[in-house]
Amino acid sequence: MKSITLLTEYCVGSGACVLECPEVFDLDEEGLVTQIDPDPAEELWPKIRHAAAVCPVSVIDLVEA
Amino acid sequence: MAANPRNRVVIVGASAAGITCAEALRRLGHAGEIRVVGAEPDIPHDRPPLSKQVLDGSWAPEKAALISGERRDRLAATLQLGTTATALDVARRQVTLDDGGTLPFDEFVIATGVRPRLLPGQPPAGVHVLRTLDDALALRADILRRGRIAIVGAGFLGLEAAATARHLGASVTVVEPVEHPLRTRLGRSAAARLLDLHRSRGVEFRLGVGVEATDVDPAGRVRGLRLSDGSAVPATVVLVAIGCVPNVEWLESSELEVADGVVCDEFCQAAPGIWAAGDVARWKHVSLGRTLRIEHRLNASEQGLAVAQNITGPPAPFVPTPFFWTDHYETKVQVAGVITADAEERVLDGDEPNSFLHTYYVDDRLVGALGWNAPKALMPYRRQLRVGNALARR
Repeated sequence: MKSITLLTEYCVGSGACVLECPEVFDLDEEGLVTQIDPDPAEELWPKIRHAAAVCPVSVIDLVEA
Repeated sequence: MAANPRNRVVIVGASAAGITCAEALRRLGHAGEIRVVGAEPDIPHDRPPLSKQVLDGSWAPEKAALISGERRDRLAATLQLGTTATALDVARRQVTLDDGGTLPFDEFVIATGVRPRLLPGQPPAGVHVLRTLDDALALRADILRRGRIAIVGAGFLGLEAAATARHLGASVTVVEPVEHPLRTRLGRSAAARLLDLHRSRGVEFRLGVGVEATDVDPAGRVRGLRLSDGSAVPATVVLVAIGCVPNVEWLESSELEVADGVVCDEFCQAAPGIWAAGDVARWKHVSLGRTLRIEHRLNASEQGLAVAQNITGPPAPFVPTPFFWTDHYETKVQVAGVITADAEERVLDGDEPNSFLHTYYVDDRLVGALGWNAPKALMPYRRQLRVGNALARR
């Protein structure tokens, strides 16, 4: 079971996640991260992991049980 | 595993680049030992909040931790804090520490970052720098106690601290030798606009003057700054924010090339199996066609990640699109790419009165973009810069 949690209160709107994985992440009207694909396909997970790793404030928390 | 010659990774530097590298190594499948050695004694903390949320008190210090305790446990790495590396023996592949120990390694990552530049002479009490959590807490206490601060340096750190000091109700004077600060970082009009924003919030600027000397009271505490035009600024709290220097002195006896940072190739490699990441790394950016040393927070993550990828897999050149953000009052400024002096500036007003984009072109090619309260609107330009970066590589 995989899940993505966004600790939005830390988000600074760097958009690094959006550049890495635009299929799953976008910036909302306030410029904060939002998940646009509620159930990403398996093939997207390498990019999702890269997005989580590159985020400068560790907003994206992944659980891959 | 014992047969694997690239088993043991030692990372010196436990801040953003070092920690990101360690986490990425595990995620990418490195099963051998990882040891991260950090000079600071505290649990690694993030630095951008130090001039904002930690300084203004809206965050308890723990909230600025770089990774949670749970992530530290998942990391399965040894974190050796409060320990400084003192020498590197490239041939024998070992690093010497200030506790007298030596650590052998198969792969080595230098992530020792930078430290603040100081004014000449021994700093008197009341003169601060802002780099660590302890710095931020001490500065906050002093600002609250005294209510008045002089900031030397109108760079991003100095101005962010100025905004926070105003928020804390202190009167603020910023002293800066350059007549038009931040022009080379933000372009002419955004730089002017940022200073105007500060002026409108009551920050006093003394531009085009430097600090000649600090005035000290009989108890040894600073009481003012004497400036190069003969004038004086009274202050019992001073923040020196005049830039940083890379922590590379410990490598001078090694055979590595050191020139304003650790010199690396396009893979961030300084020597076989010896890498550098973050503020300390001067590496060859093959798209921009020159070496670069970037002191931005995002670069620390991206480069730490790139080094982990190059250690665990086929090496790829590190070709990022530089990006930084800086926050002042309610204004969020973001810059992607490189705004060069010869670039043509094109202004795009946003939908809101206090929101706009500046784009920068050289020979009709997009080289940089600035967003002022416009993170979403900036994204297409950042994508374009990223693609342009990749194309220029060929």
